[in-house]
Amino acid sequence: MAEMTVIEAIRTTLDEELARDGRIFILGEDVEAGGVFRATEGLAAKYPGRVIDSPLAESSIVGVSIGAAHYGLRPIAEIQFADFIHAAFDHLCSEASRWSYRTKGDACLPMVVRTPWGGGVHGGQHHSQSIEAYYTHLPGIKVVAPAFPADYRSLLKAAIADPNPVLFLEHKRTYRLIRQDVASAPAETVIGRARVARKGGDLTIYAYGLMLHESLAAAAALASEGIEATVVDLLTLQPLDVETVLETAKATGKALIVHEDTLTGGFGGEIAALIAEHAFEHLDAPVRRLCAPDIPAMPYHPNMEHFFMPDREKIAAAARDLAAY
Amino acid sequence: MTAARPRRPRSREALPDYLLSEQQLEDMYYFMLLSRRLSERMMALNRQGRAAFVIAGAGQEAAQVGAAMALKKGTDYLAPYYRDLGMNLVFGMDAREAMLNLLGKRDDPNSFGRQMPSHWGNAARRIVTQSSVVATQLLHATGIGLAAKLSNDPIVVLTCCGEGSTSRGDFHEALNFAAIHRLPVIFYIQNNGFAISERTEKEMPVENVADRARAYNIQSAVVDGMDCVAVYQTVRPAVDQARRGGGPYLIEAKCYRLWPHSSDDDDTRYRPRKELEEWAKKDPLLLFRNRVETDGVFPREDLDEIEARVEEEIREAVQWALMQPDPAPEDALGHVYKEL
Repeated sequence: MAEMTVIEAIRTTLDEELARDGRIFILGEDVEAGGVFRATEGLAAKYPGRVIDSPLAESSIVGVSIGAAHYGLRPIAEIQFADFIHAAFDHLCSEASRWSYRTKGDACLPMVVRTPWGGGVHGGQHHSQSIEAYYTHLPGIKVVAPAFPADYRSLLKAAIADPNPVLFLEHKRTYRLIRQDVASAPAETVIGRARVARKGGDLTIYAYGLMLHESLAAAAALASEGIEATVVDLLTLQPLDVETVLETAKATGKALIVHEDTLTGGFGGEIAALIAEHAFEHLDAPVRRLCAPDIPAMPYHPNMEHFFMPDREKIAAAARDLAAY
Repeated sequence: MTAARPRRPRSREALPDYLLSEQQLEDMYYFMLLSRRLSERMMALNRQGRAAFVIAGAGQEAAQVGAAMALKKGTDYLAPYYRDLGMNLVFGMDAREAMLNLLGKRDDPNSFGRQMPSHWGNAARRIVTQSSVVATQLLHATGIGLAAKLSNDPIVVLTCCGEGSTSRGDFHEALNFAAIHRLPVIFYIQNNGFAISERTEKEMPVENVADRARAYNIQSAVVDGMDCVAVYQTVRPAVDQARRGGGPYLIEAKCYRLWPHSSDDDDTRYRPRKELEEWAKKDPLLLFRNRVETDGVFPREDLDEIEARVEEEIREAVQWALMQPDPAPEDALGHVYKEL
């Protein structure tokens, strides 16, 4: 099982974890049949009664998981598309994120909410969204957004072991697009750490999920032009690895933040603010954000979808400008 | 139970007509009285400027104490709502803790001054922490029921809300989920006639909340929530049935909110005094006392003695709690995440 896709990494990890710990169970729509992306394929038969179809109601999926986690089980909730998680926002914002805080640690919620996010699949406005910024604004919830299969494996294990609610974001475009030899690949095993995925002295690109792969592709193209970029795979957005963000910004003096969420209020603003606040003296150029335009959501038609999403060409162009500054 | 020894030993045998022993009946009266007198003292502290906010369950003591006594303390779970002081008392909270909670003191075990008063929670006592958002706790209770079923644990979870909360989607989602999986959850609706100022006809087009249970294939009952004995006799069989795997149950306790919504509410804007006077005649404490006295279960002196004991407990608790430390400003930090 050396080389595997993102979806295989997730499925094998769920399988291993279900086998390891009898307290773990999966709750979500269509999960008994394997889920619409096949993340849970075969698991219902292998673990009878522990892969549970929920009614089509996201508030139920998260609310019931909260109760089960409070009881001491280890629920893994699946929200079929991140776009539909909004119905459960109340439970994540008003309840889960505050469970430990409002009881001063008397109670906690060891639960994971897995959900496919992001665009590039012709999913239109309601199957393409980036939701991370809503949840990085909720101290009490951890937000993880890996890019490579090995990290999906190790961070999903870490999320399950964590005594706090973890929102585990799976970029749906990468499910079958990205492969990796997980046996020999580096894997981040701790929630809260970023990784320098590529080193270069001219600028630093910050990204996560699909955009991390696009950024690496852009960096490879730039190298042939003599521009060397550091690429940081953020991996965890909350709590953010501030140290790695600042170290890399200081080392290169130029920062380009890439995400497919819309610009205003997006997570990139937080990284830009951190760099402006703590690395200002090291900067050789204004911090640059490359994000989706401020329109309500990703449009359906491929022409407009491409227009909406950053990609390797747009990233390379922005990086060239920044390097030349 | 924390009730002190009465002057003569109480029988633990069930009395006919009550299905409760003398000891249980005494506990019932004690907890109802403690809940009411605590609430009265809390409101007085609010009017004196010593407590910023009070939200109480005056008029719902019978509904709360009778139902909570039908559960197994230490085994069963309670996912209450903010009026449930009476339930919390049955589950182990005492007058001192109730006052710590009111005053938002550093050592309030519910939330250590981090939540408004009456937002209960105590993991060891199996009281589930709750927010101010109504009806979310019904789904949490359903999750506890699911976890218990998956773990083959013979526990029951009782969750409460008012009739106003049953307008929220979470009420319907919880009933639906619990019914599909036949979970050991008692949905206990305290219909006190008001959602702040709104009457039930602005909240639902059916006469009873219990009428909605049929749509989810859940058994239901309506009980006079002013009658503590009737409440116990209705809730207990539902709890026993749920424990045996019989699935969820919806019980609607018809009661009446004798006070304004909270210390910040002026109910004269929407409630005629005449109506209040009529309902005050059905005060659950009055009904209980009259019944046990008339039936000769307890002599008047015994009931007076319980009253005196409650007064003394509260007097001591208030004095003690006012002296307890407040949270330091920086106590606002910490426990955002649970450490491994």
